[in-house]
Amino acid sequence: MIEISNLQKSYGEIQVLKNINLTINDGEIYGLVGRSGAGKSTLLRCINGLEKYDSGSLKIDSFEIEQHSNQEIRQFRKNIGMIFQNFSLMERKTVYQNVALPMECWGYKKAEIDRRVKELIKLVDIEDKIHEKPRVLSGGQKQRVAIARALSLQPKILLCDEATSALDPKTTKAILLLLKKISETLGIAIVFVTHQMSVVREICHKVSILEDGEITANGTVSSIFLNQPQSLKNLLGDENEELVPTTGRNIRITYTENSVNGRILSNMAQDLAVGFSIAWANVEKYRDGVLGTIVINVDEVHVKTVTEYLSNVGVKWEVIHH
Amino acid sequence: MVSAATVLSSVIGSMLAIILIITYKDGLKPNKYVYQILDTIINIVRSFPFIILLVAIIPFTRAIVGTSIGEKAAIVPLTIAGAPFVARIIEGSLREVDKDLIEAAKSFGASNFQIIFKIMIPEAVPSVISGVTLAIISILGCTAMAGAVGAGGLGAVSITYGYANFDNTIMYGTVLFLIILVQAIQSLGNFLYKILK
Repeated sequence: MIEISNLQKSYGEIQVLKNINLTINDGEIYGLVGRSGAGKSTLLRCINGLEKYDSGSLKIDSFEIEQHSNQEIRQFRKNIGMIFQNFSLMERKTVYQNVALPMECWGYKKAEIDRRVKELIKLVDIEDKIHEKPRVLSGGQKQRVAIARALSLQPKILLCDEATSALDPKTTKAILLLLKKISETLGIAIVFVTHQMSVVREICHKVSILEDGEITANGTVSSIFLNQPQSLKNLLGDENEELVPTTGRNIRITYTENSVNGRILSNMAQDLAVGFSIAWANVEKYRDGVLGTIVINVDEVHVKTVTEYLSNVGVKWEVIHH
Repeated sequence: MVSAATVLSSVIGSMLAIILIITYKDGLKPNKYVYQILDTIINIVRSFPFIILLVAIIPFTRAIVGTSIGEKAAIVPLTIAGAPFVARIIEGSLREVDKDLIEAAKSFGASNFQIIFKIMIPEAVPSVISGVTLAIISILGCTAMAGAVGAGGLGAVSITYGYANFDNTIMYGTVLFLIILVQAIQSLGNFLYKILK
């Protein structure tokens, strides 16, 4: 379990992490999202001591990072694997040698290394390239090698720094599914830094949104999505809002698979005899369910009736203001 | 003479390069003072035109090998000029190693020693080979000047028997030989770079 409380960090005059409080449980997949420069990569690196923090507490299973010597931190890093946006593999070594590298550094026996490397390469599904060098691999394949390397010391936590930001959408999906599988079968907690909300939706249980070094929203992915806090809107931008009609009023309805009855809108039209148009609708996958948004446009005079109706049937709504 | 000077320069140069890369401000163990001092010394030595350096350190040369003339003596200035040059080249090659890779190595708990010798140096080898090829050819050029102060070697042949005797054949003949030698060394270097990459 990772417990972070009141974490602060500054670079000279600039405070890059302000009062960070969060908890990541064993086996949980936790997203850290935010714009570039929000501090998420810095926060990630505080977890394995690659960055130092100025005050506050960061405990991994009661191991408080700042209270230990460099040598002890180095030992502790065996418990934490890390993968990066640009893969960070040794170009001159083969896939096998890259995956074996951490174990070699820690003095594992040759037979053990061989057994484990083959096991990991099989897990990430890259057996056919085992003796190739990174230069002939695609981005997705390189990230698989990086994942195998990060798992070689049997860590309990995997840190991912924009690990899919350099991959195309299809490959991103494949890698995310691989990580999800690994987390579930090996019980590894994953902390995933990204600026892409779609990634969070695909595999994360919980998410924190960072803005200028502060956590401005926190919770399960579905609750963040349903409640649509301001920081989420800041992150996603307003592009969809431009598509809605400028006359009448626009009401956004959000739902997960549990909270909506598919006929609600048509029932509403019949029950209230109110006309509305659908300005915009989108359904996105969330782990094994859905996150849906529908924006309807009604005449100003009907807004109150419609929103009361929606509240009564238990659907989350919000009137969009311009 | 060339090989002895190259080997010595490379050995000393690489040690200097490793110190430089570690003590640099974003290196593994930053140390402003060590870096500044070493950096300045290297810059000063490299500023000397070789022929001046040769003459300027005669007392030092005499102290080490007992004489300031001849092949053995020439190795001293050649090494003193060569080592900083090689150091800069190797420092450059090491600095080119992907910073993210070094960070990844730290993330799985590699020690600084392991990072330098198991990761940075192996990754930098092709680049170092390119650089050392450059250094050899440069040292070769310097030996011609050393030849002017009695060190022997091709330079001496060219100057003493060719230029001084107004014998163009010998003078240009040795130059031609040098051209072929340099080309061969460069080609070997390129070849090694390709297969090691």
